[in-house]
Amino acid sequence: MKKVIGYCDDWSAVAGGKIDFKVSTYGPERFEAQLVRVICGDAHPDHGIFKEEEIEAPFNGTHDGWTQPVNAGSRAVVPASPVLAGLESFTVQAWVFATTPGRGEQGIVTQWQENPARGFALMLDKDGAAMLRVGDGAGQVAEVSTGLPLAARRWYLLTASHDAQSGQITIRQTPGPTALEKFSSGEATATGAFSAADAPLHFAAFPASAGDGHDRHFNGRIDRPRLSKVVQSAAESSAIGAHTDPAQDHDDVVAAWDFSQAIGTQEIRDTGPNALHGRTENLPSRGCKGHNWTGQEQNFAHAPQEYGAIHFHEDDLHDAGWQTSFSYAIPSTLRSGVYAVRLRAGEDQSYITFFVRPAKGQPTEKLAFLASTVTYMAYANYQWHQHQHFAEVTEDFWTVLQPVDVFMQKHPEFGLSTYDTHFDGSGVRFSSRLRPIFNAAPGTPYWSFNADTHILGWLDSQGIAYDVITDEDLHREGAAALAPYRAVLTGAHPEYYTTPMMEGLHEYIAGAGRLIYLGGNGFIWRCAMSEAAPGVIELRRAEDGIRYRDEEPGEYYLELTGEYGGLWRRLGLPPQALVGVGTVAVGFDVSGHYLRTPQGDDPRAAFIFEGIGRDEIIGDFGYLGGGASGSEIDAVDPLLGTPTHALVVASSVGHSPNTLLCPDEIGFTNNVMDGVQNPKVRADMTFFETPGGGAVFSVGSIAWAGSLPHEGYDNNISRLTGNVLRRFLDETPFEMPVSS
Amino acid sequence: MYEIDPARADLVREFEANPNGPYSPELTLVVNRLRLMPIEDRHVLVCTRQGREWAMVRMPARGGAPIEPGDAPRFHDAEEAARAVFRARWKTVTGQDPEFQQAKG
Repeated sequence: MKKVIGYCDDWSAVAGGKIDFKVSTYGPERFEAQLVRVICGDAHPDHGIFKEEEIEAPFNGTHDGWTQPVNAGSRAVVPASPVLAGLESFTVQAWVFATTPGRGEQGIVTQWQENPARGFALMLDKDGAAMLRVGDGAGQVAEVSTGLPLAARRWYLLTASHDAQSGQITIRQTPGPTALEKFSSGEATATGAFSAADAPLHFAAFPASAGDGHDRHFNGRIDRPRLSKVVQSAAESSAIGAHTDPAQDHDDVVAAWDFSQAIGTQEIRDTGPNALHGRTENLPSRGCKGHNWTGQEQNFAHAPQEYGAIHFHEDDLHDAGWQTSFSYAIPSTLRSGVYAVRLRAGEDQSYITFFVRPAKGQPTEKLAFLASTVTYMAYANYQWHQHQHFAEVTEDFWTVLQPVDVFMQKHPEFGLSTYDTHFDGSGVRFSSRLRPIFNAAPGTPYWSFNADTHILGWLDSQGIAYDVITDEDLHREGAAALAPYRAVLTGAHPEYYTTPMMEGLHEYIAGAGRLIYLGGNGFIWRCAMSEAAPGVIELRRAEDGIRYRDEEPGEYYLELTGEYGGLWRRLGLPPQALVGVGTVAVGFDVSGHYLRTPQGDDPRAAFIFEGIGRDEIIGDFGYLGGGASGSEIDAVDPLLGTPTHALVVASSVGHSPNTLLCPDEIGFTNNVMDGVQNPKVRADMTFFETPGGGAVFSVGSIAWAGSLPHEGYDNNISRLTGNVLRRFLDETPFEMPVSS
Repeated sequence: MYEIDPARADLVREFEANPNGPYSPELTLVVNRLRLMPIEDRHVLVCTRQGREWAMVRMPARGGAPIEPGDAPRFHDAEEAARAVFRARWKTVTGQDPEFQQAKG
């Protein structure tokens, strides 16, 4: 079991800057911290290549540890207000789409205080029926429930009221219109004393019944919540619920929140007279279809009145918000690179990984390693192997859990990856680095971050110096982040790209830049980042692609940017048009190897194969499937923009029956989609020059990096990679071939 | 959906001899069937020492009980651990002990 974990506030620190580390312990009152430079994070005892270098730092040593809380679950909060504290009679109503009714009490609109109980709560009871709870602040709590559990994933208008004159409390649930189904309406009344709370109003949660934080989070959607200072009839509530603008034409409105406003921010806006605006917490999903979505529009910006819902989840998490345990003023002399703070407590050990870049515009080396930090975020704390029914047959394995998986089963509050589904089955759209991330660290499985350390270990073994630039730098600065470098080297799996990243990399290549794409399944998904949600990526898995979940129809637009989400192959810049190749197949059991092609004999490609025999098998070894071509592999496609002068210098063979065409390559399923039969299942090693004297070299395989360390980094994958890198670092411009 | 014939001791023996595959077409169907059982209650492995030790546990429900590898059976060979998972799931899915089938075969 984990005893010590942590995270930091920045993944792209600058030499001369400062970074804060936040640590939590589970049991131990002390922990040890040590700064290390990450060289190779492969800790398999049979490989013998794990390597880290301890670095002097003021914080090295023993620190006090304590358990820091995680207040997970998304909600929206409106600050306490005299208007709310002065409520007497009221009606609260909202359209509600519950995704886990029956999963205990869930708050929908709550203005509640405990000890003594005071206020109101429109909520689901433990069985999933609509309920109103009121407290008078003098020890009396009254409840009234419809007793009719809501059907999951169906819209209902819920209305609750309190009549200060009679003391009557009423709850009502009315299903939205359905043509082929019939759900029960319900109404119930009781008597109860109410005294308004002088407390914030919450959507989708209660303030915690004990201590700080929140609990009883609601899973599902809330649309058009509204509060009035009178008791409304059922007809009045229905009429208001059907109105496009529930704040209009009513003098008695206290607040009418319109969640279709300010999409892409963490604000919620009240269109009523009291301006009871608020903020969301932990990034619930917005730009979501409301109760009145017609299907005529797919873009929330085109029909905001049909996208008035927020989808809340009990397992959303943005910023864990921990106290800083120690800070590090990064010396200006610290080399750019990948670093980590190694934490130890008792028998347990964890790492907090971070990246140090040189000061902006001041490169210290000719080569930049472009750390795929956005992809690391996309995979952060992935748990599909624990939750997805088809994971074992998809990836052809028996589930092997890591100790952190055991920890996350007990501690779901640390959140999910964009590959996972929320507890209610909806897809995870946000992933944050402002929380402990267990799988972006040395010693973890060879995927995403730790697979990239095979490349870092290789660079170290060859004595090749490099700076580190992160995806977030590329996103913020575009091509300027890369321009100072003669060559840029990617990781094994640079999958997720924002538009500024894609455009920045394209601009770098189109200039004099030289890019070595040392991976597979790269430049695939458009994602989004925004200053409105620091430390976060957003993803909408529109249409198809390799994914464990479908995106919700009608919600393909990213809320942070308003852009259409999905695969870059359909968004104007396919990976084939950027690096020559794009993903064609995936397979995780057995990897293939490369054979040189006739185009590989072109004199333009001679430098690639120096020291490698003409018919030599290239890469029939490695830690991912025993070969250099595997896991996820890419090939050229002229129809998707592979440059006409690109050379496919080698292609892979030897793929397994379990290596299958990816969904975006399949128009119609057939019985030859596998690596044994289908000629499209291959990785194309590709090279092309650019008009500015630059060039691109792509291996098109995630498994490539896992072959570099073979035989002490002395093998033909290592040799070939070195050949390319040396030429790409040479100042001599590449010459474009003459087009036919 | 393919159903495993619990009398097929030959398939048990094939897996035991080569747990990492590749498998014959029929053993592939068996392995896939065992990998499609409901997640809850699947026997899975917890790597307790990288490359050296694995414990076999049953998956609890999502958000349910913690996973407790403490007293679980331990294996010090990856292939032996895979055999244990195969045998355990075979028994869960077919209701019959594969060791019994091996003895018969």
